[in-house]
Amino acid sequence: MAQISLNVNGKARVVDADSSAPLLYVLRDNLGLHGPRFGCGLGQCGACTVIMDGKSVRSCTIPTSAAQHKRITTLEGLGSVARPHPLQKAFIDEQAAQCGYCMNGMIIGAKVLLDKNAHPTISDIKQSLNAYICRCGSHLRIIRAIQRAANSSAKA
Amino acid sequence: MNTKSISRRDLLKSTGILVVSFSFFGRVSRALAQGDGLSVDGMDPTVLDSWIAIAKDGTVTVFTGKVELGTGVVTALAQIVAEELDVRFDKVYMDSGDTDKAVDQGVTAAARTIERGGPQLRQASAAARQELLKLASARLDSRVDLLTVTDGVVSVVGNPSRKISYGDLLGGKRFNVKITASGIGWDMKVAPQIPAKDPKDYKIVGKSIPRVDLPEKFTGEFVYSQDVRVPGMLHGRAIRPATSLSTPSNVDESAIQNIPGVVKVVREGGFVGVVAETEWAAIQAARALKVTWSEPTLKMPSGPDEVFDYLKNTKSFKDNVVVNRGNLDPAFSQAHKVFEATYYWPFQLHGMMGPPCAVADVRGDRATIWAGTQGPFRTRDAIAKMLNIPPKNVHLMYREGSGSYGRLECDDAAEDAALMSRAVGKPVRVQWMREDEHAWDPKGPAQYSTVRAGVDAQGNVIAWEFMDRSFPWTASEGNPLLASSQIGFKPTTPGFLNGAGGGGQIYTFENQKVLAADIPWMQKGDWPLRTSNLRAPGDLARVFASESFVDEIASSLGVDPVQFRLKYLASDKRISEVLTTTAKNAGWTARPSPAPASSGTMAAGRGVAAANRANTMIAAVAEVEVDKSTGEVSVKKITLTHDCGLIVNPDGLKNQIEGNIIQGVSRALMEEVQFDSTGQTNLDWDSYPVVRFNQIPDIEIELIPQPEMPPLGGGEPSIVPITAAIANAIFDATGARLRRTPFTPQRVLATLRA
Repeated sequence: MAQISLNVNGKARVVDADSSAPLLYVLRDNLGLHGPRFGCGLGQCGACTVIMDGKSVRSCTIPTSAAQHKRITTLEGLGSVARPHPLQKAFIDEQAAQCGYCMNGMIIGAKVLLDKNAHPTISDIKQSLNAYICRCGSHLRIIRAIQRAANSSAKA
Repeated sequence: MNTKSISRRDLLKSTGILVVSFSFFGRVSRALAQGDGLSVDGMDPTVLDSWIAIAKDGTVTVFTGKVELGTGVVTALAQIVAEELDVRFDKVYMDSGDTDKAVDQGVTAAARTIERGGPQLRQASAAARQELLKLASARLDSRVDLLTVTDGVVSVVGNPSRKISYGDLLGGKRFNVKITASGIGWDMKVAPQIPAKDPKDYKIVGKSIPRVDLPEKFTGEFVYSQDVRVPGMLHGRAIRPATSLSTPSNVDESAIQNIPGVVKVVREGGFVGVVAETEWAAIQAARALKVTWSEPTLKMPSGPDEVFDYLKNTKSFKDNVVVNRGNLDPAFSQAHKVFEATYYWPFQLHGMMGPPCAVADVRGDRATIWAGTQGPFRTRDAIAKMLNIPPKNVHLMYREGSGSYGRLECDDAAEDAALMSRAVGKPVRVQWMREDEHAWDPKGPAQYSTVRAGVDAQGNVIAWEFMDRSFPWTASEGNPLLASSQIGFKPTTPGFLNGAGGGGQIYTFENQKVLAADIPWMQKGDWPLRTSNLRAPGDLARVFASESFVDEIASSLGVDPVQFRLKYLASDKRISEVLTTTAKNAGWTARPSPAPASSGTMAAGRGVAAANRANTMIAAVAEVEVDKSTGEVSVKKITLTHDCGLIVNPDGLKNQIEGNIIQGVSRALMEEVQFDSTGQTNLDWDSYPVVRFNQIPDIEIELIPQPEMPPLGGGEPSIVPITAAIANAIFDATGARLRRTPFTPQRVLATLRA
């Protein structure tokens, strides 16, 4: 166990954890976050994705030590039900989920995409979310939600 | 429907301890809902207070044994309650899946929740409304038939100032009224004699009310079973052998001595688990622990072909004859032409995104369980049996897991957690790892379906014989789950039958037999090929066979596939209508299959299939492109029409249908459990691929409303025609007939070259 300094959702946090433990377990078990989820532990499904210094990373496969001195944003860092991020609002408006277990990865993946490309085509969206699994089959709604969010920010 | 009044999140913020919110709401609602005492079967359904409580502020709490599985069904149930009670939707709070608070309404499965659970809640609500009107009649000094209700306020017709709210009439008090209830689970009839609202007057049922659970799922505020944390909780992982539940002959703990936080290696009978202070320590210890397993008691088959040979050649233990009309033998002997084909369906995974997870707290002869089970009472009873304590001593609180598609009728993780909690005397959380879930998911069974048809000289089908050979669900219906098996419980039944729908019984052929044969499990005991119900169980494979075969006949006779079907569907208006609507929406032009051969590498085709699943009617047209050089199939579009009677929430239903279509594409194109005699070989998402964004078709759905009919299931019927429609489209494009799923490029290429 070691004292590890992390910057999560804009706040400095110090956790007492095994620095070799994947970041996911520290976010969930030490910091009590629910956004990043365990899906495979293999970096294959995307349910655990967080943003680290602007890039999407699979928190189930990177050691916590690699996240020190980096800025980490989780789903909770985007918004809340009371104050949703435009992407979260768009997902609500499109009812873009069934069980919702994959939603962390979908919304985080979409955020990273829109930060780079404010007006993605459907093909851009499919391409950039192809690494994220949704088992319930909400894909078309997810695509519509991302387009809606892109359009709403264009108007704003 | 309201989750805001006493939301778990607010409690979480105010107390910092999640468990408090559970017990807090528990106390409030139990006080309101105490019926004639909790029986072994949950709350007494003949006590109105078992179902519904009304608070002073008019909030309606509904206690239901039905649970949200990510399909939106609890939102739809709340609509039914709000409608019948004439209260605003946001005044209804659904308290779901708590075995100490709810009536056992049976498992949430088989797309039966709206069909069966809906009327139960509707009638309980109608009974509650009737009682509230009686109370209002006395308070307002008016005859009941002169009263009307708007948004939970009763008033006198023509004199709206004389009014009183539900909250003021009953708030915080019990109804103290008996109602009638007969039968159990799905089949329970609740207060059937009480008149319910005329569907013509519906204002809330039939509306696309947004799902109540979704906003929190988009922000990380939702509490899944995977998020449950209780004070003093430890983390556990079970360690299991690769091929069968053999027993550990040696457990060498030396390799985990250096992992900090390991609390205990739990051994009981054949069960081995590790408990640790942190999740990561438990994972590391489970991986590092050296377990030597005894010689496997079961030999895995060498591969799928051995399974299909076994299915083909083994005597069934039960033959379910669902249609037996006319006389087949003379019809076949008179036939001008006889067709025959066999279709193969592999073992497939449920493929939950989140592996199963549960928290158990076993103290002495009592247990508290938080789990994502589809059957809270079923899991409660299984755990009671395993721990040898009375079922009423087990309190199970449902917390939603990821979409399960039938898998969480067998809640193995809850048993693992209970066994390990008992061993350490503290609450233990168990979440399976990905490889655990891929290996030990009780799979959708392999199926072997043979169809034979006789056609007369005029091209009429005069004989149809369909025989499906399939394994039952060995992990279902009270048979022990993994942990129970490992500590010595034995199966008590050969398993539950894998259904019998979809064998061509939608058609009225003059002489017809449809039979689903249950083949005894290959070997007794548990192994990675144990089975359970997987979405639209059995029907998906049987409709693949029957609807492919219908296409084979139509093609051979040179008849358009839609026209050919309509001829034999004539007696059922609803299924004819979904088929013609689908064809119209898909821009179907009548011609026989296959399409004229294309010259290039890419070939395009369209295919159709129709089905009746539990009286929900569905038809689909698939449009595909096949790369003839690689065998790669791309599904471009699915057009589908759906008739499930009265529609409670159109957008929720469409969401379900889209999901069924996409999961159907996945199961048709790429899903197959691989194994050899050493065990299952595809244990992750790379080796067991499922459909991803680049492979998603366009989707066009039409819902046929039937407001005069009762509501039927929407959670799984629409997956049923998808595989056959795709197979028929591949044939239309290329002339290659795929009779074995999945339609991988290798298999398509081999068929093209055959």
